[in-house]
Amino acid sequence: MPKVTIDGHEIEVPKGTTILQAARMIGPEVAPPAMCYYTKLKTSGGYCRTCIVKVTKGSAQNPNPMPKPVASCRTEVMDGMEVVNFTSPEVLEARKGVVEFLLINHPLDCPVCDQAGECHLQDLGYEHGAAKTRYDFERRTFEKIDIGDKIQLHMTRCILCYRCVKTADQITDGRVHGVINRGDVAEISTYIENAIDNDFSGNVIDVCPVGALTDKTFRFKSRVWFTKPVDAHRHCDKCSGKVRLWFKGSEVLRVTARKDQWGEVEDWICNTCRFDKKQLSDWTVEGPSRIDRHSVISQGHYELAKLKLDTGKKLKELHGGK
Amino acid sequence: MGKQLLLEHINVPGLARLDVYRANGGYKALEKALKMKPEEVVEEVKKSGLRGRGGAGFPTGMKWSFLAKPEGVPRHLVCNADESEPGTFKDRFLMQHNPHVLVEGMILSSFALGANTSYIYIRGELLYVYHILEKAIAEAYAAGLLGKNILGSGFDLDLYVHPGAGAYICGEETALIESLEGKRGNPRIKPPFPAVSGVWSRPTVVNNVETIAATVPIINMGGEEYAKIGIGKSTGTKLISACGHINKPGVYEIELGLPVEEFIYSEQYCGGIRNGKKLKAVVAGGSSVPILPTELILKTAKGEPRLMSYESLADGGFATGTMLGSGGFIVMDETASVVKNLWNFTRFYHHESCGQCSPCREGTGWMEKVLHRILDGHGKQSDVDLLWDIQSKIDGKTICPLGDAAAWPVASAIRHFRAEFEEYIKNPSSIKDEKHYYNVRNEKAPVA
Amino acid sequence: MSTENPQFSPETLALVHKIIARYPEGRQKSALLPLLHLAQMEFDGWLSVPAMDYVAGLLHIQPIEVYEVASFYTMFNLKPVGKCLIEVCRTGPCWLLGAEDLVRHIEKRLGIKDGETTPDGMFTLKTVECLAACGTAPVIQIGETYYENQTCESVDNLLGELRNGNERKTHFDKKHINA
Repeated sequence: MPKVTIDGHEIEVPKGTTILQAARMIGPEVAPPAMCYYTKLKTSGGYCRTCIVKVTKGSAQNPNPMPKPVASCRTEVMDGMEVVNFTSPEVLEARKGVVEFLLINHPLDCPVCDQAGECHLQDLGYEHGAAKTRYDFERRTFEKIDIGDKIQLHMTRCILCYRCVKTADQITDGRVHGVINRGDVAEISTYIENAIDNDFSGNVIDVCPVGALTDKTFRFKSRVWFTKPVDAHRHCDKCSGKVRLWFKGSEVLRVTARKDQWGEVEDWICNTCRFDKKQLSDWTVEGPSRIDRHSVISQGHYELAKLKLDTGKKLKELHGGK
Repeated sequence: MGKQLLLEHINVPGLARLDVYRANGGYKALEKALKMKPEEVVEEVKKSGLRGRGGAGFPTGMKWSFLAKPEGVPRHLVCNADESEPGTFKDRFLMQHNPHVLVEGMILSSFALGANTSYIYIRGELLYVYHILEKAIAEAYAAGLLGKNILGSGFDLDLYVHPGAGAYICGEETALIESLEGKRGNPRIKPPFPAVSGVWSRPTVVNNVETIAATVPIINMGGEEYAKIGIGKSTGTKLISACGHINKPGVYEIELGLPVEEFIYSEQYCGGIRNGKKLKAVVAGGSSVPILPTELILKTAKGEPRLMSYESLADGGFATGTMLGSGGFIVMDETASVVKNLWNFTRFYHHESCGQCSPCREGTGWMEKVLHRILDGHGKQSDVDLLWDIQSKIDGKTICPLGDAAAWPVASAIRHFRAEFEEYIKNPSSIKDEKHYYNVRNEKAPVA
Repeated sequence: MSTENPQFSPETLALVHKIIARYPEGRQKSALLPLLHLAQMEFDGWLSVPAMDYVAGLLHIQPIEVYEVASFYTMFNLKPVGKCLIEVCRTGPCWLLGAEDLVRHIEKRLGIKDGETTPDGMFTLKTVECLAACGTAPVIQIGETYYENQTCESVDNLLGELRNGNERKTHFDKKHINA
């Protein structure tokens, strides 16, 4: 098994592991940010360039450094490879540049964006960006459009990560949306007014790193940090039925897939679970969700008991019936 | 004039026809190659020292030797005829006037690589050349030079032309492969390299038109003889397409190593600067390579004469040198505005960015806007540093070399002509007054 | 040709099948670019949604796969164009030798701006990137033909000639199908 050293941390990983995955195995202290890579989506990654790192030693066999920074999400480790990420001022500067590029045409409408609080671009800008923009030209804008009755596309916020396109390609039949045009006028679109209508289309909302694809059944119901995430499940014929419910008071405002430490979906969920099951009685509640990072939600720490649920009894049962 | 290998018979009437091409020695190299072993053909190309003529200058024999040869998996040779680099028009010229040299080169190179289906990817705008190639290929099929059991050798090859449809990026080999597969021309992330997984995930070699054509004289004369032409590691001849403010624009075949000064001023080549003006700058290898001012294009920083070769043009690195690139030689006289020309190039890269990765998608447009602001008379003194910083954050950070190609012209223009930027910003009226280009009909016949 | 239900002519369809056969089994999508050129030739010089859907059907791919591709490549017109699409190179060397003047001149002559079509449906003006004819700059492409070393005067003559012609000029020309 190849050994790789990232920012001074050595780890042995299975052959074929990418630098990014190896870094995630070490932990968040060395893991580069990723805006387009998605573990569950084949051929994702490489586009946004936020995960770039420097390979200072190619491998034990060929110790030459790689001449340019590489996308860690698409570069496999070699035995004896040495990589610098957060310890390299050059990488940090380059990443700052990438963040600036991603933001120059972004509307920065965070105060009125439904993604605020769970937006990866917000986190990225905070952690790796400059405090001030040097871009003083008009920003690119698009009209908001509905793609189907449950999903809204606000292209102005899109960073063209291609995740939603790959999701549609890989987990649904008959993709109807894609990337049209090119360069900085490229956009996610159905080209003709077309509804994205299939059992798993809602997953595009979960994979979107920004507020470009949002759940119309949740829009403007609440700031995400005022809602309480709870893991729950139900028996579903189409999907695993393992979801996250977002409560406000006793009301389920939204249903999403469960996400892991890196903000990636654990199991895809179907549209029935996502959009049509908003009664607590539809679900078996497992307990409060663990939110590790990437979210102000983790700041709103709460006790399960504080949830004013009608079915308090059910919750008690979960906790050993006490 | 030096040795002519590709353009030797270019003025023979009807050279595009098979009978005329054959009467002038055509398909002799193929006959010779088919009697050799494929690996011997590869060996000759290696010995020749031939380097990719599309711009990167990578040794062709070495590229060929990387081709994976898994059992039972077809492999392909794809010719990159997507010539779109501003200032470059040699491949169009060659294909239009001498299509059979490309067809012959494709057959013998396919034989060397063990490819039984090969493609010529031609840019869509050149549909008229597409038809010239189709005709040449039909002639070759009829004469038993393509199809089954070529010239009784047992080697089979089908050769097809595939048109693009207007995208500079498809000149990048992985974007070209995507486009050949009927997709958007988004470059792939490497590795895997095409030699392992190219078109339809099969091992693929992509070579420029001129590179493929050059295999014909290499087999005819032998790799060692070919390597005697040129200078050092820049072996053989190179097609240079010269344009801009010169007396005799056109395509010239030069022996590598020709002094730049001779190329610009000699009657055999560019014939000097138009209208008796003075030379101001040259973009020596297509729009992507760094622009050099007169003193650095004619002589290196060490004061040695600059030669038309991969090494000499690159002498001094990007600080004082440039690249041979695709051989698109753009000459600007003293009336030309470097900043305006740069804006035009930057607009081009902005327009041609595929939009896949963020630094190129966002950065090219930003640079164009800043340059436009300067030319509009609203530039700020900080704009020059801003431009420098933007280009440095694109350079080397993108999936494919288009990002670098957009960054280098900006970097070099600032490096060598910073005063011009500053003058425009300080004194906007200097922009408006300047007549920076001609609109004078070129009376001289375009060359061959 | 009906724009609602576009269909290739039998000759073009024969060529379509020949082109599809150039690519391996199961890789018929590879024929998309050549087929879109043929569609543009046959269906009035541009690609309507029904035309693209028709091509998608021929290749057994999703319509969005055609829209994605058609909108990426600049030669595909997604709006109707005039009978003569005048494509003026605006890049580097052509621009250095007067393409800007040429564009302004044509705009004035035809009373349209870059990207617009004359009210009579005769001309569309479109500026394009480097046409690989920098040695004979400035250059204009109309249909498959290159017009090189252009000046304002030569363009006037050219426009006059074109006005007298009635055939639609397309990149892929019908004459090559019959040949």
